[in-house]
Amino acid sequence: MKDLTFQTMIAVFEEIFGRGLFWAMVAAAFLVTAAYLYVLVRDRTMGMRQFLIAQLFMPVGAVLAVWFVMAMTDSHLADIGGPVDVIVLLGIAAVGAVGGAILVYTAERLLFRRKIEG
Amino acid sequence: MKEDFRTDRRAFLALAAAGGAAVALPGQTARAQAVSTSARIVIIGAGAAGTALANRLVRRLEGAQITLIDPRAEHLYQPGLSLVAAGLKPPGYVVSQTTDWLPRGVTLIPDRVAAVDPEIRTVDTEGGESLSYDYLVLAPGLVLDHDAIEGFSLDMVGRDGIGALYAGPDYAARTWEAASRFVEEGGRGLFTRPATEMKCAGAPLKHTFLIDDRLRRAGNRGAAEIVYAAPQGALFGVPIVAEKVRMLFGDRGIETRMNHTLQAIDPGRKIATFTDADGFAREEEYDYLHVIPPQRAPQFMFDSGLAWADRWTDQGWAEVDPATLRHARYPEIWAVGDVAGVPKGKTAASVKWQVPVVEDHLVATIQGGEGTETYNGYTSCPLITRIGRAMLIEFDYQNNLTPSFPGIIAPLEELWISWLMKEIALKATYNAMLRGDA
Repeated sequence: MKDLTFQTMIAVFEEIFGRGLFWAMVAAAFLVTAAYLYVLVRDRTMGMRQFLIAQLFMPVGAVLAVWFVMAMTDSHLADIGGPVDVIVLLGIAAVGAVGGAILVYTAERLLFRRKIEG
Repeated sequence: MKEDFRTDRRAFLALAAAGGAAVALPGQTARAQAVSTSARIVIIGAGAAGTALANRLVRRLEGAQITLIDPRAEHLYQPGLSLVAAGLKPPGYVVSQTTDWLPRGVTLIPDRVAAVDPEIRTVDTEGGESLSYDYLVLAPGLVLDHDAIEGFSLDMVGRDGIGALYAGPDYAARTWEAASRFVEEGGRGLFTRPATEMKCAGAPLKHTFLIDDRLRRAGNRGAAEIVYAAPQGALFGVPIVAEKVRMLFGDRGIETRMNHTLQAIDPGRKIATFTDADGFAREEEYDYLHVIPPQRAPQFMFDSGLAWADRWTDQGWAEVDPATLRHARYPEIWAVGDVAGVPKGKTAASVKWQVPVVEDHLVATIQGGEGTETYNGYTSCPLITRIGRAMLIEFDYQNNLTPSFPGIIAPLEELWISWLMKEIALKATYNAMLRGDA
């Protein structure tokens, strides 16, 4: 591949998802991250109870992410053919796990804070 | 409630600053100043090469008169045809409109080129229009010579076990109709390729591997015989890849008939006739036959004196310098894409590397200088070996492997990541290329 620059990557991602959906997803990821950072700063602390629940959702996020990629690409786990494939698979699972945990934690702190702490 | 992990505003700000820096850092390359010119540039063809070049030229040139000539209203993403012919994508996956991709400020003449006169620098269309040019880019693609196969015509595709995926999205879908019957019923599958230069020399292999995989998934591989017949002596032009494919064919139980050129078919008897290396006719029975016809340049290339006189004389490819793609006798003419008379690279990946070279030399010439970019014959073939796996093979004029991700993505291994690239990233990269962004 020639000139794999940041601009090329953006152009490629825009083509994969469509310009609107790609930037909507970027915005969604940004919003969730911002909300996560907001609750961290607002509370000046991690809620360990919610954090524990969020961690319990990590395997769910991991499996969902892998399932999503497999379903979108006509693939199966049996197609894993070499070390790099295992790394990619673990990477997708890790992104799903962390993303899921952040989402769940943020939602808990934002939506159920009073109930939890009440 | 017990809380023991403290965060504060300072930590948040530090994190935000780091994140902001990471986003802002990557290359903010300033675009070169546009070159002012009143040059008349004619691009024959608005396929992958012509469109990508037009999009790049409008950014580099101010005031140039850029005209594209192409009769086809539909733009085809040809790398997707193999997926359509294996039932993995619908025909619409490869189709868009030619005009969707063209930049503002260029003119599209929806007509076929009848003649080029490189001496007086004119291009005539079949509709009777005559255009003068200062610079000409040949990017008309190629012509599939279906008539060269005796007894074959395109209306047979999809019936009586005949497939021909190169002919377009609808024919690729009909190819899958015929192939899927073979997958269900078994029998003898015959997979061919032509003796001429051709688009994506990996595609005949991909189709063979994909139908083999479909048979396995249907539990019918035991009821089928697969034979791959090719006019060449090797399974792939790059020796190290040919060896790998030979091993994979052995593993999959795919027989080969090397030095076999498809000459004729008898659809009534389901017999295909080949000539072998000694010129003898060899008959092969089939229940499914995949036809890839000989491929040549459009007729005007033969008539205009722009083709090689001593190479590929039956095929008409443009006589260009392999490094600069500039015509050997007419320095104001370049060829890019399928029509370029270079040893390799009738693929979209080649186009991606060729277009910036032609852009560089054309713009430099307009400025009165010399271009510096060169094309090394790079091409790429995500060689699908089954649904879910491919080998990301990249090579150059010298048959060297030129992996983009050395040490990470092994070119001769069947990998899922290479399949992911074909499935997800390839069309996106192709579209970005069309827009001149990649």
